Amino acid sequence: MAKSEGELTWRDLEIGAIVTEPGNAAQYKTGDWRSQRPNYDFTKCIKCALCQIFCPEGCIHKNGDGYFEADMFYCKGCGICARECPTMVINMVEEEE
Amino acid sequence: MAIKVGMEVSVAIGEAVKLANADVVAAYPITPQTHIVEHLAELVADGELDAAYIPVESEHSAMSACLGSAAAGARTFTATAGQGLELMHEVLYIASSMRLPVVMTVANRALSSPLSVWGDHSDVMAVRDTGWIQIFAENGQEVVDNVFCAFRIGEDNKVLLPVMVHLDGFHLSHVIEPIVLPEQSAVDKFLPAHRYPLALHPDKPVTMGDFAPPIIYPEAKWAQEVNLRASKDVIRKTWKEFGKAFGRYYSPVESYKSEEAKVLLLTMGSFSETAMTVIDKLRGEGKKVGLIRLRLWRPFPFEEFRQAVKDAETLIVVDRALSFGGPGGPVCSEVRSVLYGEAKKPKVVSFVAGLGGRDITPAGFETIINRGIQIAQKGSPNEFEIFGVRD
Repeated sequence: MAKSEGELTWRDLEIGAIVTEPGNAAQYKTGDWRSQRPNYDFTKCIKCALCQIFCPEGCIHKNGDGYFEADMFYCKGCGICARECPTMVINMVEEEE
Repeated sequence: MAIKVGMEVSVAIGEAVKLANADVVAAYPITPQTHIVEHLAELVADGELDAAYIPVESEHSAMSACLGSAAAGARTFTATAGQGLELMHEVLYIASSMRLPVVMTVANRALSSPLSVWGDHSDVMAVRDTGWIQIFAENGQEVVDNVFCAFRIGEDNKVLLPVMVHLDGFHLSHVIEPIVLPEQSAVDKFLPAHRYPLALHPDKPVTMGDFAPPIIYPEAKWAQEVNLRASKDVIRKTWKEFGKAFGRYYSPVESYKSEEAKVLLLTMGSFSETAMTVIDKLRGEGKKVGLIRLRLWRPFPFEEFRQAVKDAETLIVVDRALSFGGPGGPVCSEVRSVLYGEAKKPKVVSFVAGLGGRDITPAGFETIINRGIQIAQKGSPNEFEIFGVRD
């Protein structure tokens, strides 16, 4: 997208405000909805990937060490990963940014 | 060679949709619209119309199916009336907002309760602001002609909007009229196959009706409004070209014996024909009375309307719907608003009449005109008067 949403005028929109660029929802930063963030203690992690499976946002991925971590651009801080983790790796802490 | 045949108007609409080569009909039967979709179901079942006929469980589903069909680029038709139109309500906005050129005939019907299957304009007025192009027909031929025009207008790439063609329930839908159905070749020439520019296709995926946060929603709505207003030029052009091709000309505002008329009556739909006979009679008596008929309801034809009424002293508006607790009939309220800023304008008098299929006879129109003149001269304690209600 050449212009950001805030720069688009009504003349710039496609007919019916149709989105012609598939997958552009990826540009939407849902991370700023967050009021809590996951805090990890990877020493307890058994790499079972349950957090990745349960994440409703699909934003948990393996990091370089093979541990599962949320992409903070998208993580809404729902805490489902923390609740599902069988070894209590994840602790939700207040977002202070 | 196109010939004139006696035909029920609803059946003629079905024939027109067939001639228009509709690809999809998704509809739910409701009186007084039933015969339209019943006839279309027959045409499809008999193999006379190569279309998908989708029987649905409600009008909400009918319009939803129409959205999908039009989004895929299919020429899509449906019909409804009264409660059915209201059940579609929220989906109507989506059709216009997504700019999908669905065509729908509405056999105008009163709303419950008490239950009435008969005609008035209560159903239409409740969907006035849904963003559809809306045309009011006066007789069966006009409905048929406007089915062709509606497809062509809606599918014009400058427009891409859904179109409603209104016909009065029973007074038009169920009468047998002499109707000229054009030749297939002439219709094909006037209404060539259409390709929706952003139709759903796996090779070129698009998202329709997507999520719009406050940062973009007002832009989307304004684009829609600008587009609906601008559609008037295409509507006029289409009617002109239809006239050239078929010899019947239509305009946004119709004037009948309005030259030098001091008093103008304003009507919409089939009652205009009765009103014309009354105008003939009064003109015969030397009274300077004329008739204005609004054919195009949305987008409202501001210039044409102001031009048509500017020299009159009194404008008597007959609405066939009540705006409960409001300033009068919905058409009259709008007309008053359209004229408010004009330096030279007629006095506008509001009547509500013909609710729930109650006839307005020629004598009734004469009474309305005489009472309207009296109100214009002496005033009335009421914002509007209801005609013909027993007191």
